[in-house]
Amino acid sequence: MASYIGTATSRVDGRAKVTGEAKYAGEFNLPGLVYGQVVGSTIAKGRISLVDTSEAMRVRGVIDILTHQHRPEMADSDDAYKDDTAPEKGSPYRPLYDDRILFCGQPVAVVLAEDWETARFAASLVRVEYQREAHVTDLHAQRGEAFAVEKPEKPRGNAEKAFAAADVRHEAEYFIPTEHHNPMELFGSTAMWEDDKLTVYDKTQGVQNVQRYLCGVFDLKPDAVRVLSPYMGGGFGAALRPQYQVVLAVLAARAVQRPVRVVLTREQMYALGYRPATIERLALGARSGGTLDAIMHEAIAVTSQFEEFSRNDTGWADLLYTSPNTKFVHKLARLDVPTSSDMRAPGAATGVYALECAMDELAIALKIDPVQLRLQCYSDRDQNTGLPYSSKQLRECYGQGSAAFGWEKRNPEPRSMRDDHELVGWGMATGVWEALQMPAAVRIVLTANGHAEVATAASDIGTGTYTIMAQVAADMLGLPIDNISVKLGDSSLPQSPLEGGSWIAASVCNAIATTAHAVRKELLRLAKRMKDSPLAGAAADDVTLADGKIVSTKDPGQAASIASVMQHGKVERIEREESNTFTEDKLHARNAHSAVFAEVKVDEELGVIRVTRVVNAVAAGRILNLKTARSQIMGSVVWGIGMALHEETLYDHHFGRVMNANIAEYHVPVNADVHDIEVIFVDEPDETINPLGIKGLGEIGIVGVAAAIANAVYHATGKRVRDLPITLDKVIQFE
Amino acid sequence: MAQPGTAEPLRQTDVLPEKIQITLTVNGTRTGLAVAPWTTLLDALRDRLDLTGTKKGCDHGQCGACTVLVDGRRINSCLTLAVMKDGAEVTTVEGLASNGTLHPLQQAFIDHDAFQCGYCTSGQICSAAGLIAEGKARTADEIRELMSGNICRCGAYPNIVAAIQQAMERS
Amino acid sequence: MNPFSYARASDVADAIRQIAADPAARFVAGGTNLIDLMKYDVEHPARLIDISQLPLKSIEETPEGGLLIGAMVPNSDLAYHPLIEQRYPLLASAILAGASQQLRNMASTGGNLLQRTRCFYFYDVVTPCNKRKPGSGCSAISGVNRINAILGTSDACIATHPSDMCVALAALDARVHVAGPGGARTVAFPDFHRLPGATPERDTNLESDEIITGIEIPAKGFNANYSYLKIRDRLSYAFALVSVAAALELEGDTIKEARLALGGVAHKPWRDPAAEAAMRGQHAGESAFTKAADLLLQGAQGYGHNNFKIGLARRAIVRTLSQAARGMPQSQSVKKIR
Repeated sequence: MASYIGTATSRVDGRAKVTGEAKYAGEFNLPGLVYGQVVGSTIAKGRISLVDTSEAMRVRGVIDILTHQHRPEMADSDDAYKDDTAPEKGSPYRPLYDDRILFCGQPVAVVLAEDWETARFAASLVRVEYQREAHVTDLHAQRGEAFAVEKPEKPRGNAEKAFAAADVRHEAEYFIPTEHHNPMELFGSTAMWEDDKLTVYDKTQGVQNVQRYLCGVFDLKPDAVRVLSPYMGGGFGAALRPQYQVVLAVLAARAVQRPVRVVLTREQMYALGYRPATIERLALGARSGGTLDAIMHEAIAVTSQFEEFSRNDTGWADLLYTSPNTKFVHKLARLDVPTSSDMRAPGAATGVYALECAMDELAIALKIDPVQLRLQCYSDRDQNTGLPYSSKQLRECYGQGSAAFGWEKRNPEPRSMRDDHELVGWGMATGVWEALQMPAAVRIVLTANGHAEVATAASDIGTGTYTIMAQVAADMLGLPIDNISVKLGDSSLPQSPLEGGSWIAASVCNAIATTAHAVRKELLRLAKRMKDSPLAGAAADDVTLADGKIVSTKDPGQAASIASVMQHGKVERIEREESNTFTEDKLHARNAHSAVFAEVKVDEELGVIRVTRVVNAVAAGRILNLKTARSQIMGSVVWGIGMALHEETLYDHHFGRVMNANIAEYHVPVNADVHDIEVIFVDEPDETINPLGIKGLGEIGIVGVAAAIANAVYHATGKRVRDLPITLDKVIQFE
Repeated sequence: MAQPGTAEPLRQTDVLPEKIQITLTVNGTRTGLAVAPWTTLLDALRDRLDLTGTKKGCDHGQCGACTVLVDGRRINSCLTLAVMKDGAEVTTVEGLASNGTLHPLQQAFIDHDAFQCGYCTSGQICSAAGLIAEGKARTADEIRELMSGNICRCGAYPNIVAAIQQAMERS
Repeated sequence: MNPFSYARASDVADAIRQIAADPAARFVAGGTNLIDLMKYDVEHPARLIDISQLPLKSIEETPEGGLLIGAMVPNSDLAYHPLIEQRYPLLASAILAGASQQLRNMASTGGNLLQRTRCFYFYDVVTPCNKRKPGSGCSAISGVNRINAILGTSDACIATHPSDMCVALAALDARVHVAGPGGARTVAFPDFHRLPGATPERDTNLESDEIITGIEIPAKGFNANYSYLKIRDRLSYAFALVSVAAALELEGDTIKEARLALGGVAHKPWRDPAAEAAMRGQHAGESAFTKAADLLLQGAQGYGHNNFKIGLARRAIVRTLSQAARGMPQSQSVKKIR
């Protein structure tokens, strides 16, 4: 039987998604459903002095309006509101808790009505008065107040001194504005109490995280709360933390004793988490031959006044380049905004953008090809820990990527390549991300008819988790993939980590292997009890499951069908649940790598930029599904295009408000913005990292893309734009 | 079309709009329902007819997730008042497959992995059905341009174009 | 969105009767802009009069050799109509540069003219805006104004007209046919939209009890030498930073007649007969085009974030005129600028 692992298998949930059968959190039309509409604060900082709901309450069809003064009980300690991904330091935001306004758009009331249109209208009638306080939402205005986070990477050598003495120096500041995830699905939750049991359909990347969070906020026992998220309309990190609408839905359902759905508007989603605006300062000192002597990277990122969210932007150079002297400082600046959050490759998408643009600028100063410079500085060890990599085929990424792109035909001179009115630019950059894995449990139920159900609480947020789990289970159990059903997105299923950090594939697939092994052992036990068993003398490690049979690996002729084994053993089903813990490997660094090559065409007079070609060569361990894996990287490249050219949350600092809080004026790439994207997976066997050699793919594809595009824009135009997004007015100084 | 004014919001809290009886033929089935004037076709489909395949991604005509076919033309159902479509034929993603056989576009979207999270997919497929019926797109550039009203945040665009090309070749 | 009642107009006379009887009523046709604004609580009609079924859906040839386009013709039907494609490709191109195909399928010709202006603050009911609330102040002048106007602005308002179609209609010398209680009249395109002045709450000179019944375009379609170039922050489905409609009538290399209009830069499609007159009789080349650009942009003023629009518009004008002169109109699907 063919192996499914490594093939281009179509999504097992594809049919549900193309027919509209897949149900998302806001789509469970429960009997007696009540619709909630959030009223958001119009100021960024202060106190609520009055919430007048009288007029709104008079609207026919309005059932109740919850405010901080009128709501069921909630917990009153910070610990209760700390979810698995909450920053260590600070007090998590408590929805509808008190009169404090911490950011613009913060919910101040939720209107509950018999239908959504009525709730929406009544919400416009809720009158709120505030005592305003002075706010600040501008990172540049607060950079002087920034403070270093507690655990900076250890400095090595004396970077300042080495930089000062370097033959060639490059020093510059880069900027990435605030970006919002904008998943297509609006954040929504549907909550229902039955007796004292709570069921919640939630848009989340972690049903068990939300379950634990709700247990804290509402003082409930875990078995009283069930959270479901069978399908998720995009997360990208936005749904790692429980969002406030889930609390409001549960509060409201308790208040009105009916099921309640609260769905946010697109505009309201701009008051959730975001990729923090970040100022990145890079200083690179090199010897004239093209090796690094000093790397200094300082980042200043936005956090809220009430929590310290930080993802290190600055340590990535240590994973890529050798340099005897390094210094990294990651700082935070507090603004009157919601707490920043994880967004696809947090820390790396931004930090590596700056690093890889700086390396390009250094290569130009050194008059060395940018790929060559990276090869000359290539590190086979994590410079910070001194550990070698479990695997690192980055050299192959550079080689295969540049070959596919045709890099050798590049004229290094800026403005040297053109196509009619357009200047053509070729740029490249490196990508790096962590290869993480978390404890996970998987339950397999094998039935005598040769079907198996594979279950864990993980969510499939579009990454293809349903599909790769079915592939791995089919291979491990020796069954056709159509005989495998995968259950996900239910907190009552076996323990799973959050779907984030690119760790789900490694975590759950290895757990499938472990559990399948337990199933196999049980089948072998039963097989041995058969009369004249062909496997009588076999040990557990000497058998495998294939083609619906349990087979001796030493003598494939010795086999028994799973059906007959179970029939003889008089068992209808074999159920096993095993969890995987990964023993901490203190001997290796574990990372995924990539090399990104981009072609842009820039209209010489008008500055209009088109990204005509991207090649992303990725080394990320074993690729489980060539089809969905390619999609992950391709989608990440599209994100990189948006980051480079389009995305920026625009604040009016006077009002402390986001002015483009919609998906027409916050630009993400549309179909016309995206052309040829070639994805290369470099072969990278890794027997060290985990038994299946998986590294994960959710983030590596975006890292380096914006830098490759920025470097290409420079190569095309001779204009270095360091502030993202690269809009036409930054490329050309229009007189 | 009158000159827009700047009236303050109405405060007639006791005068909610009366519901109006309309008939829609949705996916071939004649359906009568009473809707308030302010109910969009999108909300009528999702909340009243439980046809949640049509998605709400922005509710302002900015993303295309709500795309359905009305009398054969693709439109944004979020900016369409249901009362204005009395008597119309509406096709949603739920109405594309026939007798369990997927529409060629649905199959092509699976074959080419033209989606990830699936939330924009219904709108993409309905939009593509409208695109093919219009007959104005032949090249990849034309498909890209005429599909740009459907945002896919997962970034499946190249696969969406490939899927549409496959369906066009086979239709 | 506030509650409203709904009625359908049976014919044009009925529509006028209904709108005249209720000052808080508003016509709805495609709904693409009005419903959007109602959802943002910017517009609050008490009554919607549905005119989408009115028999104003034909495109007819006029005795003068032009076309009369019914106000209810959907934007997409107009763009793809054979007579428009053949005789008025500038109009077809401009329509296809705007919005998305779904929105073009919904939007009516008349409604396209009545799109309200674009400005972040107009759409955000929390902030002061003279257009929404006369006298409350203009937040954009000192605010986030990258998308705002550089021409024809006032201290009260720097919003921009969002339409692409109207830029082409302006260049083509269209006339707007309107009807009201007092009968029918036609309005020259430059007189239809207003500059903000001290009354930015009014976008057009249409009276509150009038209805657009059609758009007339004269015979001259400039179908040999034209181009519509739209510059924006992404390559499709975005409003213009600057757009240019250019049309030339050439005799050899000499400009016999020129038309030039801008979108994205003012409260209305921006056109200046002086700029066009200056091109007449000139060699169709960069020097004449640059002079026209300078004339059209006379008095342009930036407000900080949008300063770049002045220089961008100058170059875009020259380029679009050059495309027109070369007979190489900008494609709306192939994004390379010709």
